[in-house]
Amino acid sequence: MREIVIIGNGIAGITAARHIRKRSENKITVISSETKHFFSRTALMYVYMGHMRYENIKPYEDWFWKKNRIDLVNDHVKDISTTERVLQLESGKTIAYDILIIATGSKSNKFGWPGQDLKGVQGLYSFQDLEKMETNTENVQRAVIVGGGLIGIEMVEMLLSRKIEVTLLIRENSFWNNILPDQESRMLSKHIREHHVDLRTKTELEEILSDDNGNVKAVVTKGGAQIDCQFVGLAVGVSPNVDVLKNSGIETRRGVLVNEYLETNIPDVYAIGDCVERTYELPGRKSIEQVWYTGRMMGEVVAQTICTTKTKYEPGPWFNSAKFFDIEFQAYGNVGNELQLDEEEFYWEHDGGKKAIHFVWNKNSKIILGINVFGIRLRHEKFDRWLREQKSIHFVLQNLESANFDPELFKRHEKEIVEDFEKSMFGIKSTVA
Amino acid sequence: MKALRSIGLVLFLFSFGLFLGLFFVSDYTLTKEIFETKVKTEHQESLRPTVESLFGKKYSTTFSFANAIARVIDQVNKKFRQEQQWDKVIYDDYTAILTKASTSGIITENTALLFFLVFGVGVIGALLFILPKVSLELPGIKNNGIFHHALNNRGWIGVLIGTLLIVFYIMIYFYDAYIMNWIILVEPLKHWIYPQSESSQWFLYGFLYTFAVLVMGVRMLIKYRHSKYHIVRTISVMFFQLAFAFLIPEILVRLNQPYFDFKNMWPLDYDFFDAWHINMLTSAGGLGIFMFAWGITLFVVGVPVFVYFFGKRWYCSWVCGCGALAETAGDPFRQLSDKSLKAWKVERWLVHGVLVFAVIMTAGVLHNFITGTSTVFGLDTYTYLRRPYGFMIGAVFSGVVGTGFYPLMGNRVWCRFGCPLAAYLGFVQRFKSKFRITTNGGQCISCGNCSTYCEMGIDVRWYAQRGQNIIRSSCVGCGVCSSVCPRGVLNLESKDENGRFGQPVLLGNNHVSMPEIKSVN
Ligand SMILES: Cc1cc2nc3c(=O)[nH]c(=O)nc-3n(C[C@H](O)[C@H](O)[C@H](O)COP(=O)(O)OP(=O)(O)OC[C@H]3O[C@@H](n4cnc5c(N)ncnc54)[C@H](O)[C@@H]3O)c2cc1C
Ligand code: SF4
Ligand code: SF4
Repeated sequence: MREIVIIGNGIAGITAARHIRKRSENKITVISSETKHFFSRTALMYVYMGHMRYENIKPYEDWFWKKNRIDLVNDHVKDISTTERVLQLESGKTIAYDILIIATGSKSNKFGWPGQDLKGVQGLYSFQDLEKMETNTENVQRAVIVGGGLIGIEMVEMLLSRKIEVTLLIRENSFWNNILPDQESRMLSKHIREHHVDLRTKTELEEILSDDNGNVKAVVTKGGAQIDCQFVGLAVGVSPNVDVLKNSGIETRRGVLVNEYLETNIPDVYAIGDCVERTYELPGRKSIEQVWYTGRMMGEVVAQTICTTKTKYEPGPWFNSAKFFDIEFQAYGNVGNELQLDEEEFYWEHDGGKKAIHFVWNKNSKIILGINVFGIRLRHEKFDRWLREQKSIHFVLQNLESANFDPELFKRHEKEIVEDFEKSMFGIKSTVA
Repeated sequence: MKALRSIGLVLFLFSFGLFLGLFFVSDYTLTKEIFETKVKTEHQESLRPTVESLFGKKYSTTFSFANAIARVIDQVNKKFRQEQQWDKVIYDDYTAILTKASTSGIITENTALLFFLVFGVGVIGALLFILPKVSLELPGIKNNGIFHHALNNRGWIGVLIGTLLIVFYIMIYFYDAYIMNWIILVEPLKHWIYPQSESSQWFLYGFLYTFAVLVMGVRMLIKYRHSKYHIVRTISVMFFQLAFAFLIPEILVRLNQPYFDFKNMWPLDYDFFDAWHINMLTSAGGLGIFMFAWGITLFVVGVPVFVYFFGKRWYCSWVCGCGALAETAGDPFRQLSDKSLKAWKVERWLVHGVLVFAVIMTAGVLHNFITGTSTVFGLDTYTYLRRPYGFMIGAVFSGVVGTGFYPLMGNRVWCRFGCPLAAYLGFVQRFKSKFRITTNGGQCISCGNCSTYCEMGIDVRWYAQRGQNIIRSSCVGCGVCSSVCPRGVLNLESKDENGRFGQPVLLGNNHVSMPEIKSVN
């Protein structure tokens, strides 16, 4: 029996703990200074919006941990001694380990803007940020969110739910255009404005102004415009949280460096989740993957490696999902924001501007490379298989109906999509009936 | 638009306040004429000496009047019982009958006007409040502020409404004389449907129930207007409540046929096999016999066949009256159901216990009917089975607790913990059905919206986050988990039975095997 210690009780650390328990009788300790119990970070917005309470976003009931003999320690790790295999905690206690898993997640970026530490200015990552946002937005009439990514748009939605007017500053021409192609990015921008968001494109933050009490009173953009506000949300991305590793000898660059077995440079020390930076290439994936699913998959892999067989982190084709106000989004494979030379695309948008689908495939081989879909639910399992089996765009269209995952009685669009595809591709003779 | 909503709210609160106020407005005076017309001649003689003292006496509350009458009848009955004159004991509900006839005041003079002011203005107010949402909010899931609101999160409004409902149900079932003003209030409608008939607490109840289902049904249609699934099923429950539960039975009575709700079935309809009911149907000619056969066919053939193809939702959230109220008036409270594993354990014991009770009770009653006796194993069936069932399950559980506790424990308390028909439908759904909720590959983010908004308290996330089909006997297929899921993970499907119980599949890393999953219970 070994002592396995995990730093971080996010999806990565907790998945590892659960799977180690399922596979072994090792002693498991999970340390976190954020909250006593695991909660779903992706659901923080819903607590603020009143859709759920904190207890609703905990995926397991509180008795679960004891029953599964997973020890929870609510403390902060200050220092790691890999030579003595011991952790130094904020409270003065120490914890010894045989195997250490680092799952410390991310932290919000700040880019040194003047005024970024004023009262009423914050990011959104942790439970403490949520509490802070609760107090920071009391009696606020107007807010500015900087950064048009997924967390930024969530903050916008949160504030609107409290009837606070919001200005959203983004650097790009349209929302999330650094990730999404123009077409869907434009569609989403329209939808965001439909929700009465003051969306300002090609606008960057210059500085944040303070009132006499150290509270934010306005922001100034690079263009010189001043926007009065009582709250500023900074949502300009996150970076791996590697603070605790500084003197540990565990190698880091932007994140904790790991090989394909999620091993760090020190034996018996692994790293998983948001805090990881891979040293090797994986097609279609960035070296730092800050998404829920990666944390989960890495947790499963590391558990299998530790308990039974050494296993590589080899995630299947990329997938992701999000929701922008009323529009659901799913992605399978890779659709870049700009079409590559060897790629071809087809984009279909429903008249209402709430549904769209974007296919990208290889020009020569016709093999499907990726799909973005909005307002229609598709089966992950089908696309996972088709991408792995390198099906052609024609095959995908022919079988699109079988991949539909919308609820019963919903209007189906496959026929329309295929017809439009044929019309737009008159060069290519489609085999789709 | 916002102003319209405010006006609507004011109108609605006015009509609701007026309705509550009408409880207190009448005077009650019993006269000799009333006594002689309303009391059966055989009872007049025994009651007259004691009742006489009440003639001409004016009461200003229904409590004091009804209690006075009840006391007199109790006195008389007590005497008969002491003297062992069992045949003389009076069982007629004279308290309600005399209270009704003795009521006078604004409610009897202006019934139609008041009916309009309460229900007409009430509808207008409610619609003015509900309809403008269409232009104020884009279609989509809008659960903003639910857990901050005093109505939806067991705050003071919720507690107040729950208390009112509980008191109302207790009066409906046990003290109908107290709510005589309200019974009189709906008399114009009753007369319009059937001029020769009289309103009763059951007519009042049926009307208010249908009113709530229709008005809150409109709210539901607007709230979920982005989802055709919800639109269709909401229209379905509104239709079945209005036509099958409310109008058709009343019309049947007017046509001199038995009162019959064609969509209700045993064991929810627990008096279906009572001797009086069987006799009523079988002596009512061809239509009565058809009703009897229909009622049996519904639960013998209808349940297994339809549940096999569609799951129990075809009944629970498309047809049933309890479901109709839960899915319309109850929607604001769905998030209050308890999702804990403990609650699930309690649920299984309770709901199956009630089913067993219903079966035993019915077997006893049927045994008596066939053999012409009134006991089973020497015990009186009525005293030991039928009456306790009617009281504990029929009145207290399904009514007082089942609906009164909406704002406290969610909108499916009865359906989840008490309904014997739900237990039966659930068995079939669990073991022999094409229905399941499928999960979408690896897309779940464990956010918890699905579990939070499941009115049956199913911890949907538990299954979704491990990629396992949700096959639970209690799932009524309302489809709300699927609607509130922000990642498109859940889908209610009826398809091939094979693979229904398959191993969980969570799409992810290559070569990671899923260790044997321990079951939750
Ligand atoms: C608002 C928001 C919305 C999101 N929505 C989505 C989404 O829809 N889909 C998606 O795929 N991803 C989403 N993400 C990203 C996703 O939540 C993260 O990728 C994921 O939670 C990372 O999990 P993790 O286990 O690696 O780290 P974390 O969840 O960050 O867990 C790390 C834990 O370790 C603790 N910790 C760190 N250092 C120490 C220390 N020294 N001592 C003790 N404890 C320590 C931290 O306090 C933290 O609790 C969202 C993120 C945010 C902030
Ligand atoms: S599991 Fe989903 S469909 Fe079933 S009752 Fe719960 S919310 Fe409704
Ligand atoms: S199934 Fe959907 S609603 Fe339920 S936890 Fe998963 S992502 Fe959230």
